[in-house]
Amino acid sequence: MKILVSVKRVIDYNVKPRLKSDGSGVDLANVKMSMNPFDEIAIEEAVRLKERGQATEIVVVSCGVVQCQETLRTAMAIGADRAILIETTVELQPLAVAKLLKALVYREQPGLVILGKQAIDDDCNQTGQMLAAMADLPQATFASKVVIADGRALVTREVDGGLETLSVSLPAVVTTDLRLNEPRYVTLPNIMKAKKKVLEVLTPEALGVDVTPRLKTLKVSEPPRRSAGVKVPDVATLVDKLRNEAKVI
Amino acid sequence: MAILVIAEHDQVSLKGATLNTVTAAVEIARRSDAEVHLLVAGHNAGSAAQAAACIAGVTKVLHADAEPYAHGLAENIAAAVLAVAGHYSHILFPATAAGKNVAPRVAARLDVAQISEITRIIDVDTFERPIYAGNLIATVQSSDAIKLITVRSTGFDAAAQGGSAPIELVAVTSGSGASIFVSSEIARNERPELTAARVVVSGGRAMGSSAQFDAVLAPLADRLGAALGASRAAVDAGYAPNDWQVGQTGKIVAPALYIACGISGAIQHLAGMKDSQVIVAINKDPEAPIFGVADYGLEADLFVAVPELIRTLV
Repeated sequence: MKILVSVKRVIDYNVKPRLKSDGSGVDLANVKMSMNPFDEIAIEEAVRLKERGQATEIVVVSCGVVQCQETLRTAMAIGADRAILIETTVELQPLAVAKLLKALVYREQPGLVILGKQAIDDDCNQTGQMLAAMADLPQATFASKVVIADGRALVTREVDGGLETLSVSLPAVVTTDLRLNEPRYVTLPNIMKAKKKVLEVLTPEALGVDVTPRLKTLKVSEPPRRSAGVKVPDVATLVDKLRNEAKVI
Repeated sequence: MAILVIAEHDQVSLKGATLNTVTAAVEIARRSDAEVHLLVAGHNAGSAAQAAACIAGVTKVLHADAEPYAHGLAENIAAAVLAVAGHYSHILFPATAAGKNVAPRVAARLDVAQISEITRIIDVDTFERPIYAGNLIATVQSSDAIKLITVRSTGFDAAAQGGSAPIELVAVTSGSGASIFVSSEIARNERPELTAARVVVSGGRAMGSSAQFDAVLAPLADRLGAALGASRAAVDAGYAPNDWQVGQTGKIVAPALYIACGISGAIQHLAGMKDSQVIVAINKDPEAPIFGVADYGLEADLFVAVPELIRTLV
């Protein structure tokens, strides 16, 4: 079984995003960029399935600027076999990315597609579900456990209030939640090996996909800042304040 | 054109986030002089539809009742929404696990962009939504014919009761069969739902064990009628179940009172609770960042302070 995994290059999760001075967006210049953490979990899950003998090949894809090649190399250092970059400088929104991935699903015919549940930059949580709808595949989102058996995937999902288990026929789209696995650290030998793996570059035009953004960002701003309150000396004062000042108990 | 809200329910009653989503819909409707309809897609979900008809501001309830809708499978619920989508200018889902699962499928089939987790309405086509885990707020404008939106419940008040909308049974779609519901483990407890609770008591890694969560925090939650929450560190350490996690990658809450016990206040946690009305922090580390957002900070060992707090509240 072939597994297709998509990865996004985002501002590193440890870096606080800065605004451009004109408030038109987020300043990406000279900022440390990394693989979206949920996508790292997606790659790790694919590699584990391959290590268990349930997958034969892992193809990793990223959509965006030329620097996404670095993200793809990281994915190959974790264990993906080959990579595809769909290169464009256009701002890509989830609907466009889903269309690009659908074109690749038709080309590659994977038995399973794994994506992160959301990117930590735009926090959209859309692409996996959109891809599933467009490619007419069943979906199992927010996965915390994936078991492949008898041409189906048994997926435990994190839902409000607990867990839910679905059985989906393959091919299917799975999106990862935080606790599906803990991604391994990449080792130097694997980084060196990844440099020799195949990285193909395509364009949205070559795939016949219109990626024009549908949403216009009018401005980006900082949320109102919450100011620190007071420190109370003891429990009695705290209860008094909550009762008589804040009036919440 | 009317506005459609997709109700979240358990066949019997509505989930709280539905009410906040209706409020967002009513706000859009006021600007465009539109009606607000509510879709209840379920199986034997008559009482959920009845509850939907009682929400103030709703002018019609569409009730789609069939076996394929029984477990809220994304494929089947999306089909139910698509069957009526053409009549609407805006389609709103609560930004819950269920809403987030279904909404993008509908957007993709309609070939429209989805506007995720709006927190404010600027105009009928312009909305505010948090990005980068709430570190920034983006104002976005949609040019699509149908605005497909998920609504973050903490951004809008719950709609009031007092409506009496007619309920219309609508045609149902068949199930896809590719996706089968197997089982669910929903924790049953007497406490309010985390995202809808008026008071949340939350514990961090300092709790030390799940037994301490039960022994120390649960009695405080019981006393206050509060939901229990946890930081990511506490969940990762196995002290609390996954669905208690408050933060960027967990639940976003905005209760009237949030009590953080032994939580340092990592950015990722603050993203999930900083819109709470009143924040109390109990922590023995005077430098803990949580004190930077707390209205009332108590520098103390939580294992001493929380039992004392329970006694004082009698």
